[in-house]
Amino acid sequence: MSLLLTAAQTVGPFVAISFEHTQVQDVAPPGVSGERIVIQGRVLDGDGKPVEDAVLETWQANGHGKYSHPEDTREKLLDPAFKGFGRVLSNRHGVFRFSTIKPGRVPGPNDVLQAPHLVVLVFMRGLLKHLVTRVYFPDEAANREDPVLGLVPAERRSTLVAARVGDGLLEWNVVLQGQNETVFFDY
Amino acid sequence: MTDPTPYRRPYRQTQPEYFYPPYRSTAKRAPTRPLVMPPQTISEVTGPLFGHEDVKPEEADLTAQHAGEPLGERMIVTGRVLEETGRPVCNALVEIWQANAAGRYRHATDNHDAPLDPNFTGCGRVLTDGDGRYRFKTIKPGAYPWRNHYNAWRPAHVHLSIFGRGFMQRLVTQFYFPGDPLLPYDPMFMSVPDERARHNLIAEFDWEHTIPEHAIAYRFDIVLRGRDATPMGA
Ligand SMILES: [Fe+2]
Repeated sequence: MSLLLTAAQTVGPFVAISFEHTQVQDVAPPGVSGERIVIQGRVLDGDGKPVEDAVLETWQANGHGKYSHPEDTREKLLDPAFKGFGRVLSNRHGVFRFSTIKPGRVPGPNDVLQAPHLVVLVFMRGLLKHLVTRVYFPDEAANREDPVLGLVPAERRSTLVAARVGDGLLEWNVVLQGQNETVFFDY
Repeated sequence: MTDPTPYRRPYRQTQPEYFYPPYRSTAKRAPTRPLVMPPQTISEVTGPLFGHEDVKPEEADLTAQHAGEPLGERMIVTGRVLEETGRPVCNALVEIWQANAAGRYRHATDNHDAPLDPNFTGCGRVLTDGDGRYRFKTIKPGAYPWRNHYNAWRPAHVHLSIFGRGFMQRLVTQFYFPGDPLLPYDPMFMSVPDERARHNLIAEFDWEHTIPEHAIAYRFDIVLRGRDATPMGA
């Protein structure tokens, strides 16, 4: 059987009436083990103007590199208090911020380990379908051998790597267009 | 671990392009550089799952969130969440949001000169059952103007967000109503290239679920990306 895939449509300008009260800004509640981090950044449009109505959804493994999902069948520790899902809205300055833990490594194609990363979905007015990108971590030797980063043109890889701006504080921006345009994926 | 079986690529012409000039906001927000196409890994085929501890049954009734009843035409919305293969998706989280009967959202930046309804917030959530079925009770939203082009009006619509089994199935869409004369003028609706896929965004009048002397029902089925085979042991 083959049913026709439903078309995506934009979240529009008023998505906050639904998503604001279902935000998950603290992805790792107290008690979850792992290196605590805060990721903050800005969403910028093609004129460099802040995007005030974006939604970011994040998905990640726990500190042991295990996804809270039945398809992750590896024998690794699950953390019952950690789901790994985040949802944040940008504010009128285009700024978003969430706290979590640094994920462990998970396998990629042919069991080559991937570097620690978060998957990020981006929704906003003006996007008829969502964007998919990733955040990687600074000072991470594994980035050099990551099978996904390796597919990204070398000069654009830095758009996927957060910058350390303080103790446990990382900055990572979503740049929709232009010279420093964030790398987006098409699956 | 064996590589996960990938989800099928979105079937051709069923999805809008990012840059679609008739929808003006795409001009400064659509990516301009080529997208990178990596293989799907465990990071993409997994995703958040939801259960009854996350959603309260009353969240499916948008007409019962305040002291009084909202104004407008009461409406039941039902449908199924399925994969392209026809397999139902159970425990899919379906979130909806919409304007009130006058075409106004309860949002600070909605300055449309139409009344707010103190008895209507306009959002709800529900989980699909074992057959992938969902059901909301709400009121029919009104059309509303926007500034995309001269005399632009959005046809009446309800926004939907769906979480299936993983991030590869993530979908946000809108459904519309049969016979709406505004549809051919709407750049969002018209952004879907395939005519059948576009038509599928229009809910159908549903006599069977219509409640006599109370509420008209509409049916809207949602099809998420599917995969061709299940990996061994999954
Ligand atoms: Fe809308």
